[in-house]
Amino acid sequence: MSQVIKVGMADLNICKAPDVITTLGLGSCIGLVLYDPVTKVGGMVHYMLPDSKQVRNNSNIAKFGDTGIRELLKRVIAAGGNRNRLIAKIAGGARMFEVSGLSDVGNIGARNAAMAKAVLKELGIRLVAEDTGLNYGRTVELHCDTGEFYIKSVGKPVKII
Amino acid sequence: MGKMTLEDVNSMYFDVLKELGNIGAGNAVSAIANMLGMMIDMNVPSIRMMEASKLGTAVGAEDETIVGIFLEVCDDIEGSMMFLLDIPSARYLVNKLMMSDATADKPFDEMELSALKEIGNIIAGSYLSALSSLTNLVIAPSVPYIAVDMAASILSVPAIQFGQFGDNALLIQTEICAEVAINGYFILMPEQDSYEKILTSLGISL
Repeated sequence: MSQVIKVGMADLNICKAPDVITTLGLGSCIGLVLYDPVTKVGGMVHYMLPDSKQVRNNSNIAKFGDTGIRELLKRVIAAGGNRNRLIAKIAGGARMFEVSGLSDVGNIGARNAAMAKAVLKELGIRLVAEDTGLNYGRTVELHCDTGEFYIKSVGKPVKII
Repeated sequence: MGKMTLEDVNSMYFDVLKELGNIGAGNAVSAIANMLGMMIDMNVPSIRMMEASKLGTAVGAEDETIVGIFLEVCDDIEGSMMFLLDIPSARYLVNKLMMSDATADKPFDEMELSALKEIGNIIAGSYLSALSSLTNLVIAPSVPYIAVDMAASILSVPAIQFGQFGDNALLIQTEICAEVAINGYFILMPEQDSYEKILTSLGISL
């Protein structure tokens, strides 16, 4: 029997086959998963903001892309993931409201997605698939037995990347 | 006087903010009631301090589809405001306004979304004008934005805004209901600096 592990906002966790790890209703946040296809170990971080260095109160490392992704990497390796085999997939980073201008509300999703790419590049982890941007929320699931990343949105067919 | 943070908002301030929510929402509710020619009740507002990352669960299940109308507030008070409705309530209001009898499972078309935005506009406008006349502060709302999506996705927007300043979010939340069930919430989310202004303008020394 597989279990479903839930990751909240500003939260991260690891997962092993046959379990599934999920987060509900990603908006402008990013859900990033790391996965080792051989040991079938993975993990997910659901972060809210790109950069911990721009915020004074930054004690929760899972809240930020720069610190959250690195912590997730550590945890996935500790759980048996091989760093050289790890692949990454990301979803979220939507622009939930069509706010005009350059306000934070309008572009935080895009900045979150850009941070994921920058950090992965720096860590040398391949980003194999993404479903980011646009204007709708996403519920995502990583199935650790197959590595498939399910994306469910309101009024849209399920997408697997 | 030191810089006030959200953590300093104590129970007396809670009462003041609650009263603000009460007056704002009261005004807003009578505006919709007038527009639709029906009775609408509201509950006593609740003031909640919660972790910003838990906002997604503030009004129900995280993956429940809801209608969110969002406005930015600027000038003397900076922050944002949301009006949230569950789907059957939004459908009811739209039907009433546009004299149609579509069922709740029909998705909203462009015209109906625009009607909902207008409802949001009237509601937010009357909420904020009540606050403004009470505090003598200039409070200007932006045009309304709308999203029909999962509660957690919609609430990630204010969660992120609060998240930039700290781990907590302060919600002034009012529930409304009517003869037929209209379930809606107002959430007013002033930014940190604005609390000081609101409280000072009401003659409360900090």
